[in-house]
Amino acid sequence: MLDNNIQFSPEALNLVNKYIAKFPEGKQKSAVIAVLHLAQAELGGWLKPEIMDYVASLLNIKPIEVYEVATFYSQYYMKPVGKYVIEVCHTGPCWLRGADELIAYFENKLGIKKGQTTPDGMFTLKGVECLAACGTAPVFQCGMDYYENMDNEKVDFFLDKCRQENKVSRPYPVMN
Amino acid sequence: MGIKILTKDIDVPGIQNFQVYRSYGGYNSVEKALRMTPDEVVEEVKKSGLRGRGGAGFPTGMKWSFIDKKSGKPRHLVCNADESEPGTFKDRYLMSKNPHILIEGMITSSFALGANLSYIYVRGELMYVVNILQRAIDEAYANGFLGKNILGSGYDLELHVTCGAGAYICGEETALIESLEGKRGNPRIKPPFPAISGVWSNPTVVNNVESIAAVPYIVNNGGEEYAKIGIGKSTGTKLISASGHINKPGVYEIEMGVTVEEFIYSEEYCGGIWKGRKLKAVVAGGSSVPILPANLILKLANGEPRLMSYESLSDGGFATGTMLGSGGFIVFDETASIVHNLWNFERFYHHESCGQCSPCREGTGWVEKILHKFLDGHATMEDIDLVADVAKKIEGNTICPLGDAAAWPVASAIKHFRPEFEWYVTNPEEACKPGAYYTGDKLVLA
Repeated sequence: MLDNNIQFSPEALNLVNKYIAKFPEGKQKSAVIAVLHLAQAELGGWLKPEIMDYVASLLNIKPIEVYEVATFYSQYYMKPVGKYVIEVCHTGPCWLRGADELIAYFENKLGIKKGQTTPDGMFTLKGVECLAACGTAPVFQCGMDYYENMDNEKVDFFLDKCRQENKVSRPYPVMN
Repeated sequence: MGIKILTKDIDVPGIQNFQVYRSYGGYNSVEKALRMTPDEVVEEVKKSGLRGRGGAGFPTGMKWSFIDKKSGKPRHLVCNADESEPGTFKDRYLMSKNPHILIEGMITSSFALGANLSYIYVRGELMYVVNILQRAIDEAYANGFLGKNILGSGYDLELHVTCGAGAYICGEETALIESLEGKRGNPRIKPPFPAISGVWSNPTVVNNVESIAAVPYIVNNGGEEYAKIGIGKSTGTKLISASGHINKPGVYEIEMGVTVEEFIYSEEYCGGIWKGRKLKAVVAGGSSVPILPANLILKLANGEPRLMSYESLSDGGFATGTMLGSGGFIVFDETASIVHNLWNFERFYHHESCGQCSPCREGTGWVEKILHKFLDGHATMEDIDLVADVAKKIEGNTICPLGDAAAWPVASAIKHFRPEFEWYVTNPEEACKPGAYYTGDKLVLA
């Protein structure tokens, strides 16, 4: 069902058209991955069904075509998440250089376990698979940004900065 | 210092900008290629001996020559920038620091293939790289290197960057094509190969970032010049992503043929094992390739030094050898647990299995679970053979190579480190203590 309260800003709609224009006429379905990133960034941080239905209407495809994509890829959140989603790489090379300890430190500082969100809705802590930054392990990603060569001190600095600034860079393709 | 092709100008200030890149000879290969015929460009790449840098090592020029030109359908070049193989981070390094080398390579390579619409598909986590590439593409358009009638040659090329959203499997070329079409990344059954039926059923070539970035040098200097670099059928240079227990992790461009020992211990590269410890094992080409103990990674069965090349790393087959793969070089010191690492890798494959083929979807889950028994101190001797057996039944029984990629690490870890698995069974209390590690007398260190 379409929810009329769910609507992209004019700037975001302009971006959607640019994503669609990257593909030949009639192949607008190809833009679904980028549009879902944008939807997640602009419309509340996670993909509730009404948002997916809206994306389907924009791309003139069936809602199921959006659901099956949204549920396949790990960067789309199917449940509400905190304002800052901290995604710590826990794959081999990061594990060799302290990913478990990094996760434990976050758990301790935030008072939550991996997979949980802080009660104030500020932080979600996740373990994710290889982020292609093994040479600067251990690493985590938050929004658009990579945080590399991490240690406890840098985590403290990061968390303080988040609390002070209270704004997040959610990733989507930028175009002129 | 060996020859640098891909990283020669990577630290030049401002090299991300078109004008700076151009002033260092950037885009010369486009000018040169446009004065050649597409077939002549393909011929140079064939002569170069360049092999696919994503992991499979298939000759790039030969792959190009398979593209269907007879059907008259539009052709596409798709760059695989879905870098996700654990231990591999070279493409991210190259694209974020010198995006124009990839754009230049895409234009020259698209011309060779007769493609007028090409894409760079970047994993979604690297959105900042997507945005760097987009700026580089915009600059190339503004300077007449993309769009209609490039440099007055009559050749048109539209190039776009697109993104994924978190899925290792999209690095498999047919899954990548599905994803580019806006679908789940489920690999396709081959044949038909993408060269016949790829994106939107059009003839398509999918090449890794590093392969495409090597094309400008090959066109500028000729395939024969490129083939003089390296050793035997491992021509040219290779970006190696070095990680794990070494003093200097990072991306190194090596001339193929450097010895593994020099790569690990010299100051020019990894700078030796960290904390003054000893080398226990190496995964030389990304998490999927067989792990080798110190003695086998440093020396061939006949005692000669093993080299960083396709042939030398695979010397001895899977009995005593491994693969160059993607060049994801992961080093383990004497304190690393091979069992724990294997469980970690198998959790990865279980998470990343697309779920299409039962042996992989179910098998990777069972492998992960059985391996976790070792870490919990509940494993039995039979579990060692059981986990090997489950892995063996995945291998070769799936549509795409993810199944094999999940199976090989299991087989090699048990083959070369069986006493360590047994130690987990016979001494669970000791083995599962934090900070404990295996020091058995059958352990080979270097």
